[in-house]
Amino acid sequence: MTRIRYALGACTFALLLWQGIVWLTGVPSFILPSPLRVAQAALDNRVLIAENALVTATEVILGLITGTVLGAFTAVQLANSDRLHRLVMPLLIFTQAVPVFALAPILTLWFGYGIASKVVMAVLIIYFPVTSAFYDGLTRVPADILDMAKIMGGTKRQIMRRIKIPHALPSLGTGLKLAAVYAPIGAVIGEWVGASKGLGYLMLLANGRAKTDLMFASLFTLVVMTLLLSLAVTKASDHLSKP
Amino acid sequence: MTQAPTIDVRGTQFMDGVRLFGHIDVHLPAGQWTCVLGRSGVGKSTLLRLIAGLTLAGEFDGDITASDGNALANRISVMAQSDLLLPWLSVLENTVLGARLRGQVPDFDRAENMLIRVGLADHMQKKPNALSGGMRQRTALARTLMEDRPVALLDEPFSALDASTRADMQELAAEVLLGKTVLLVTHDPAEAVRLGHQIMVLTPDAAQPWPTPDMPPIRDQYAPTTVACQAALLAYLREVR
Repeated sequence: MTRIRYALGACTFALLLWQGIVWLTGVPSFILPSPLRVAQAALDNRVLIAENALVTATEVILGLITGTVLGAFTAVQLANSDRLHRLVMPLLIFTQAVPVFALAPILTLWFGYGIASKVVMAVLIIYFPVTSAFYDGLTRVPADILDMAKIMGGTKRQIMRRIKIPHALPSLGTGLKLAAVYAPIGAVIGEWVGASKGLGYLMLLANGRAKTDLMFASLFTLVVMTLLLSLAVTKASDHLSKP
Repeated sequence: MTQAPTIDVRGTQFMDGVRLFGHIDVHLPAGQWTCVLGRSGVGKSTLLRLIAGLTLAGEFDGDITASDGNALANRISVMAQSDLLLPWLSVLENTVLGARLRGQVPDFDRAENMLIRVGLADHMQKKPNALSGGMRQRTALARTLMEDRPVALLDEPFSALDASTRADMQELAAEVLLGKTVLLVTHDPAEAVRLGHQIMVLTPDAAQPWPTPDMPPIRDQYAPTTVACQAALLAYLREVR
């Protein structure tokens, strides 16, 4: 409760500061609209924002689910085979050196202007953190526990299912928390490069028409959406991590 | 279940090229309890890990053989120093972990009965973090006893228990492990004298047998011969390096 109070206090302070700067400097609204003007734009364009937010949310959630499933599957395979790990891990690290943002135009070319290219973009962004975090958890089971499992005659499959995966769930949770924040970035970058719907598209459109208040309103909608997603994923992760 | 074998351990254990203990010649008679004592760091747990076939930091130059000539793998149950309970499983689920890991259908009736016998009847559905240290150790004991293997290797299994619970658990373990070949690593001379058919004192140079009182285990810990044996053993342990 105290944390929420602090967060609300900080937000109120930032908004007041922003409003104060606008009043004091008299900066034109197409450069920096006041918070009140942004709120008004959000209210006036609520249907438009909601429609586009729904598209972005769909891309983000699909990207998050697909990236998590692929990342978790990869981590289990890597943890199962040292050889595969030695083969694939350098490749994964190499792919991380490629700026995913630079791939956005190619992805749009390959997967079109629709939802697919944005989902792929989100997947590409979250795949590595999820894989890496989960793999880390899978391979950090205390040696004593694995010794016990070996003595008990545990099969590789059952040890993975009953010990390694449950042990690694908190690590997967950490990866998911990162993914929840990264996935919207991927989707919005995809929308910037080529889209006809979504909050990223709406921001570009508003910016091009000097509707800076609408751009800010879209941006805040995206922030709120990301925070809600992050909160939901954090709750789910904490639930996973609870012994 | 196969018959409990006699186990012989002969050899020298090295750690980073330096001799940890040995040359030792340890004979674990079939169906009997052998209690191993010795100073901390002398290699008691290492000896246990050697017999269990677990990987060690050092190198063992020697042989570990079973009297029936068969490999010991899958015939051993081990209770380690720490309880190794899985925090996401209930006490009952932890107790049947072995069966789960082998892909078998767990015998919950037997597990519940075992938990009742170790005094955890009211705690079966609790998670380990809701248990005291002693209760956790009793759960680990129940899990080990559930394995029903011909050879049991116990590494200070009763160390976290209060005196009365310890005595009860020693009796339960002796009853359930009757007829099995047991190696008990302990720091407690009284425990060794009470439970051991034979007692070995591990030193860097050898594993020396220590004479046990004439009566069979479980011995009366208040009997004069038992008390005298404990006292002599403790004095010896304080002496040896």
